[in-house]
Amino acid sequence: MIKSFRKRLGILGTVGPTVLWLAAFLMIPLIYVIGISFLTKNVYGGVDFTFTLSNYASLFQSEYAKVFLDSLWLSLETTVICLLVGYPFAYIIANAPKKWKPFLVLLLMLPFWTNSLIRTYGWNTLLRTEGIINHFLQWVGLTDHPLEMLYTDGAVLLGMVYALLPFTVLPIHTSIEKLDPSLLEAAGDLGAGRVHVFTRVILPLTMPGIFAGSIQTFIPSLGFFFISDMMGGAKTMYIGNLIKNQFLSARNWPLGAVLSIVLIVITLILMRLYTKVGSLEDMA
Amino acid sequence: MKQTRDKVIISLKDVDKSFEDERVVKRLNLEIEEGEFLTMLGPSGCGKTTTLRMIAGFEYPTSGQIFLEGMDVESKKPNERDVNTVFQNYALFPHMNVFDNIAFGLVEKKVKKDEIRRRVEEMIKLVRLDGLEKRMPSQMSGGQKQRVAIARALVNRPRVLLLDEPLGALDLKLRKQMQVELKHLQRRLGITFIYVTHDQEEALTMSDRIAVMNQGNLEQVGTPEEIYNHPKTKFVADFIGESNIIEGYIEEMDGDSIQVTMESGKARIHETGYRLEEMVYLCVRPENLKLATDSVEGFRFRGQVREHIFVGSINKTMVELPNGQMLKAETPAEDELIPVGTVVNVYWNPGKVVVMRTAEEQIYNVIEQSVEIEGMTNDQIF
Amino acid sequence: MKKRRKVREFKPGSVFYACLIYLFLYLPIFVVIAFSFNTSKMNITFEGFTFEWYGKMFENRQLMQSFFNTVIVAGVSTVISVIIGTLCALGLYKFEFKLKNALSSSLYIPIVIPELVFAIALLIFFTSLNISMNMATLIISHVTFSMPFVVITVRARLAGFDRSIEEAARDLGANEFRTFMRVTLPMISPGVLSGGMLALTMSLDDVVVSFFTAGPESTTLPLKILGMVRKGVSPDVNALSTLMIVGTIVILLTSTMIQGRLEKKM
Repeated sequence: MIKSFRKRLGILGTVGPTVLWLAAFLMIPLIYVIGISFLTKNVYGGVDFTFTLSNYASLFQSEYAKVFLDSLWLSLETTVICLLVGYPFAYIIANAPKKWKPFLVLLLMLPFWTNSLIRTYGWNTLLRTEGIINHFLQWVGLTDHPLEMLYTDGAVLLGMVYALLPFTVLPIHTSIEKLDPSLLEAAGDLGAGRVHVFTRVILPLTMPGIFAGSIQTFIPSLGFFFISDMMGGAKTMYIGNLIKNQFLSARNWPLGAVLSIVLIVITLILMRLYTKVGSLEDMA
Repeated sequence: MKQTRDKVIISLKDVDKSFEDERVVKRLNLEIEEGEFLTMLGPSGCGKTTTLRMIAGFEYPTSGQIFLEGMDVESKKPNERDVNTVFQNYALFPHMNVFDNIAFGLVEKKVKKDEIRRRVEEMIKLVRLDGLEKRMPSQMSGGQKQRVAIARALVNRPRVLLLDEPLGALDLKLRKQMQVELKHLQRRLGITFIYVTHDQEEALTMSDRIAVMNQGNLEQVGTPEEIYNHPKTKFVADFIGESNIIEGYIEEMDGDSIQVTMESGKARIHETGYRLEEMVYLCVRPENLKLATDSVEGFRFRGQVREHIFVGSINKTMVELPNGQMLKAETPAEDELIPVGTVVNVYWNPGKVVVMRTAEEQIYNVIEQSVEIEGMTNDQIF
Repeated sequence: MKKRRKVREFKPGSVFYACLIYLFLYLPIFVVIAFSFNTSKMNITFEGFTFEWYGKMFENRQLMQSFFNTVIVAGVSTVISVIIGTLCALGLYKFEFKLKNALSSSLYIPIVIPELVFAIALLIFFTSLNISMNMATLIISHVTFSMPFVVITVRARLAGFDRSIEEAARDLGANEFRTFMRVTLPMISPGVLSGGMLALTMSLDDVVVSFFTAGPESTTLPLKILGMVRKGVSPDVNALSTLMIVGTIVILLTSTMIQGRLEKKM
């Protein structure tokens, strides 16, 4: 009896605070989101406690459908570019001379440690019409008039790829590190050429890293509204900006809640697909 | 070998331990004497480690009692018991060097600094780790870690030292060397050692007494000689050393001998105290099993030589009995071999066979005894 | 694959490619830093070198306030996250209980769902309770997303832990509290440190969650910059950002070194 009482006390004392915290500041708020998605917005920007499904119905309006498609397309582009650029990079780091490796990984981590908004602001400075890159291009003579680079869709894509590249590279790097070199030797020994060693051994074995990297790039990219704000000048509306606007300017909380739920659903579907090939632990 | 000081230091009374539904130790009764080297021997999962952990205080018996120097230790936590443990994987503190590891227990006891220094250094000398005081565990070999683990426990001058397969992770040569060292250490310090192992050879070389366990039961306790030469159960005979175990029943009894009939033959043995038609096992060590081309008095027991295996100083000869059972006989390498295929007479010299009751017979005997106690006869039951 | 891969050397192509990526990663950081030394008030062309902005930034009270807010929020939320997170990891390691699996998987929720969703959930939650956004709401929000990382890091450390090491301490006479202080805590300290650093980085890096849960008095530096970008940012912001970049990197490098030392010793 005394032992079980002490054990209970131990459990409460250790995991108790976390359970309370997650319940109060994660679970309940998420339930609020679901709840509010069924309520009606009132003229003052608040909500009335009248049940409605109309918020969900408005998802099928073509303007919102376009926002979703644009956002998913942007996230897909970001992920694919990050993979194409990041995989060779991860491979180079993983196969670098041993002496250099820790330094190269650290060099990859450093920008990751500094605030992403400040870094995006750096790009903003670079890409301005009167900015450094345009000056450089004109000085070299590649162009005689400044190019419109900032506040374009391309700039948004650049900002996304920039902010998320480390998230793609790190899991891939880990999975390449885990690769047993003798497997590659075995493949070579069995007659596979360089291309086949890659397609038949390296690629399949690093798939978990590729999946983890893609998920970690795709999901956050859906919500990074500040990048499109800073780089795209809000010309194209993305889901992140749309949600943000519902809470700040448009004051339509129920619609914002519905849009967030759509994001959660997309995340859950992706995670479900992901857990079929990898484990949650690889994500952290 | 056994010390004449017969003071009991640890006694286990009807100790039972279950993990959820699994009963791992079954009504264990065992007394351990002061200064002896007792080995708990058995296959993995037999309950030996659990028993050790109950003595150390890491587990509590589901029922029964454990006495340490006559005191029931049920309410005592591991840190309040006057025993120390050497763990299977050494369990050295990875963030402390050799000196601090060994000093750990003394610091807990609030021993004065200069005395700690003196006692730790003395221990370091004893286990021959001089000069390694500042090493971290990660920088040491398995053998060195083992010595630190032993020193760390012994420096507290425990009444009893518990060792949980301490040599299991070492390679064969080092293991042999450490066996000798441990035995010397124990003799010199006179501390009671309770040693857990699944290695029967280790148990035979080091122990004053061996307690053989199987499936939570204590099968037999005795000196290595008793355990080897007079196993009480089929399990002990089988587990300790190699044995030929042949099943049979008692066909005739006459004065001081019994005639046992087996599937493949008959043998006359000088033994008493059995019932007619009782099922028994005969246990003969390979070095005691003899083969002859001529017939041997008292035996009508034949088999066919199947194979010879040369293993250095001896030859192992495999003999197949008519029922298909294989017997193993060992002969010195210089002896002449009987050609493969020859039908031979199998026999043993008087006193070189152990007759054991089968498990059912043992239960039967227990019932019979308890029935007698209640003053009834067999007929009233059966 | 002509030779054994053991002998690794840089290939010129690889070096070029890696340099290009590193340039891509560092270019904007260099730009931010470079313009903090620019004499011109506009972040367009580099006209001359000056330390002027490093003095001027202290005069900009709002800017300094946002900087201190950033530091305070990061510091406090990291301390809270480390304490509850470590306790939780220990509980998950030590005890078996009914909702253990539910708890360990719900720890992944803040990690997996987009921060935006989580941010507006907190916004709705606080507003509906009539709590106006301030430093406390900001800190609470930061703890919620950084604490799971502490739990996971410390738990990973504990997973590679031989339970008999704690038993050995008990066996040698240490009670539960002494065992925790002398054995468990020192052994998990590298994990606690790296979990804490992760929490600190996440807090310093955060824009999305802060955007919704910070009040007018508790704006952080990144939010301040976000608000200024359209109108043009003055170089004193660059100066302060440079300080923040350098500060973060110094803290993290130091802790990485300490952590490396701690782990090497074990």
